[in-house]
Amino acid sequence: MTVRNSPVAEVARRIWRSASIPLGSVLLALLIGAILLLISGASPLEAYRALFRGSFGDARAIGRTLEKATPLVFSGLAVAFAFKAGLFNIGAQGQLIFGAVTAAAIGFMIEGLPPLVHAPLALLGGALAGALFGAIPGMLKTYTGAHEVITTIMLNYVAINFTDYLANGPLKDPTPGNIVARTPAIEASARIPALGSIPIGFIIALAVAAATWWLLWHTTIGYEIRTVGLNPAAARYAGMRVSLTIILTMALSGLMAGMGGAVETLGIVGRFQPGFNVGLGFDGITIALLGKTHPLGVIPAALLVGAMRAGSSQMQFDANVATEIIDVILAIILFFVAAETIMRWILRTRAVSEEKVTLSTGWGQQ
Amino acid sequence: MEGTAVRVSERFDTRRFLRRNGVALGIVLLVLVASAIAYSITPQRTGAVLAATLRASTPLILGALCGLYGERAGVINIGIEGQMLLGAFVAFITHAAVNNLLVGVLAGILAGAILGLFLAFMSVTLKMDQIIGGTVINILAFGLTGYFYQQGMSIQGKLQAIPLGPLADLPLIGPVLFNNPPITYITLLLVALSHYVLFFTRWGLRTRAVGEHPRAADTVGINVYFMRYANVIIGGCFAGLAGAFITLEQVGSFERMMTNGRGFLALAMMIFGKWNPLGAWGASLLIGFTYAFQTQLQFLGTINIPPQFFGMLPYLLTIIVLAGFVGRARPPAADGIPYEKE
Repeated sequence: MTVRNSPVAEVARRIWRSASIPLGSVLLALLIGAILLLISGASPLEAYRALFRGSFGDARAIGRTLEKATPLVFSGLAVAFAFKAGLFNIGAQGQLIFGAVTAAAIGFMIEGLPPLVHAPLALLGGALAGALFGAIPGMLKTYTGAHEVITTIMLNYVAINFTDYLANGPLKDPTPGNIVARTPAIEASARIPALGSIPIGFIIALAVAAATWWLLWHTTIGYEIRTVGLNPAAARYAGMRVSLTIILTMALSGLMAGMGGAVETLGIVGRFQPGFNVGLGFDGITIALLGKTHPLGVIPAALLVGAMRAGSSQMQFDANVATEIIDVILAIILFFVAAETIMRWILRTRAVSEEKVTLSTGWGQQ
Repeated sequence: MEGTAVRVSERFDTRRFLRRNGVALGIVLLVLVASAIAYSITPQRTGAVLAATLRASTPLILGALCGLYGERAGVINIGIEGQMLLGAFVAFITHAAVNNLLVGVLAGILAGAILGLFLAFMSVTLKMDQIIGGTVINILAFGLTGYFYQQGMSIQGKLQAIPLGPLADLPLIGPVLFNNPPITYITLLLVALSHYVLFFTRWGLRTRAVGEHPRAADTVGINVYFMRYANVIIGGCFAGLAGAFITLEQVGSFERMMTNGRGFLALAMMIFGKWNPLGAWGASLLIGFTYAFQTQLQFLGTINIPPQFFGMLPYLLTIIVLAGFVGRARPPAADGIPYEKE
């Protein structure tokens, strides 16, 4: 009895309570995935071994996992942050590619800057482009009442078309013989390097996640954002500037997404090429939901998805399993994480008291 | 729609009708006049644009109706994209297996309905957050179709246009309205039927009651859970049909991710149309028209504008119309809130 009541045991129990559901969900999803693999005639053991080797097998694999996770932390943060104000930002994809193309433009157009100036400048430029593009749906919502779900979806298509035009037209790589729609490679001084196998971009992502957490729970603006998300009428009654908060939230959300695109361009791709970062913004929705829309929860969620994406090509190579099985497993993980009642029944744990995630109430508010 | 939840139908009031639908009527009138003028100048192109409009709008309005049934009953469905994609895939492989278009279409509808059942299970029984439920469906459908699709799979033939006798020979209207493949006809009927069902039948009244005030509906003996399940599954059928339209009527083959965001666009059309079948139809036609129009403009090739700017046109126009004319939209009051029996 004395052991059970010691503070160490209490902490351990707490950790178990909040980590058991995600862990259990992952295991259960892998199990269901294994059944699916068996049905389609593949070997689950072989596939999962390759998946693990490709994502955590050696230092290079871990580096690849972190590389894949980096833009996902940003896009996950963008979506999660907007959810806190009751806004559903489906437009992270568009904001991300605007950030990517702007960072690429700053990266190859300016020459002769020292790396310590050039890379941060390109990163900030990309972030700012994302913020401006993200602010548009916020303004449309406050001034005209246009629903952000529609406007962000529409602006995704606008962004895809516009950046496609840039990469085909004014920003096209002029190298003789190039017929691909892409910008020239960025200068070496604009590259965000890696520390061994840890990309610096990932460290920046962690810092932005921490800053977002601090902003939401330790500043007045954060308090206003969360209040607007929980109850805009109450926020207005309390004298908060709801319209301003909405525009600001969307701009900051776009800033995070834009930064994700910029880090991807400056740290990995090295130029802007249409189609290279398709899906990163949409993965942001999954990651935000897996992380329970908490800025710090986004980090393990992005690592999980990043690891699976990094290992999937190894899996395809070694075990001849199509990479899309990853998405099936992700969907099942998300299902079990969200369907807490089922998991609690399986694991026999009690609920942890936490701030309730309320996403769908944001549908018709404001 | 304020207050209509308690009435099955209401006495027709011209003034109120005009006040509510004035903008929509204005647009319809404008379009009619514009197409008459265009027809007098270039009859062939006008016909081509209008016919293409109808075809492009079909998957959008079907998807929008899918969302609409669910949301009118209080269940948000952002999984339309996934339901469409799985419907498209299942319709495709079924047709490939049995070489029967009708069976293929029915299988596509069934696939959509099954995902509808899954969404209803998550949001009504498990009381899961409905945004998450929809996202689960989207990722699941993307993963399953990608995993099971094999490159090089092909089908024979697709649904062909059926001219409706002498009606098809009418100038302009004939080729546009009366010479279409079957799912396009069915869609037109389904729009009208959905409007009738939602606003003039007991089923529709109950559906709306459950979406606006489930507690009150429960008190008068309406089975809230059943109504939500049923409507979400009906919605799934619509999305599955939209998927079958894409593979078996429009394209005649399948590719990974081939719905290409049309499910999300459909969601936008539903909100744009303020949760009304006719409104959503108008919105879908508008988007369909800009698609058709920009394709024609690119064909002409006389204007020296990069094609990407034409590509943006439908989406920019939606934003402008939405921001300028439609404004704030109000969803059903209990939309997205799981119902707890006392």
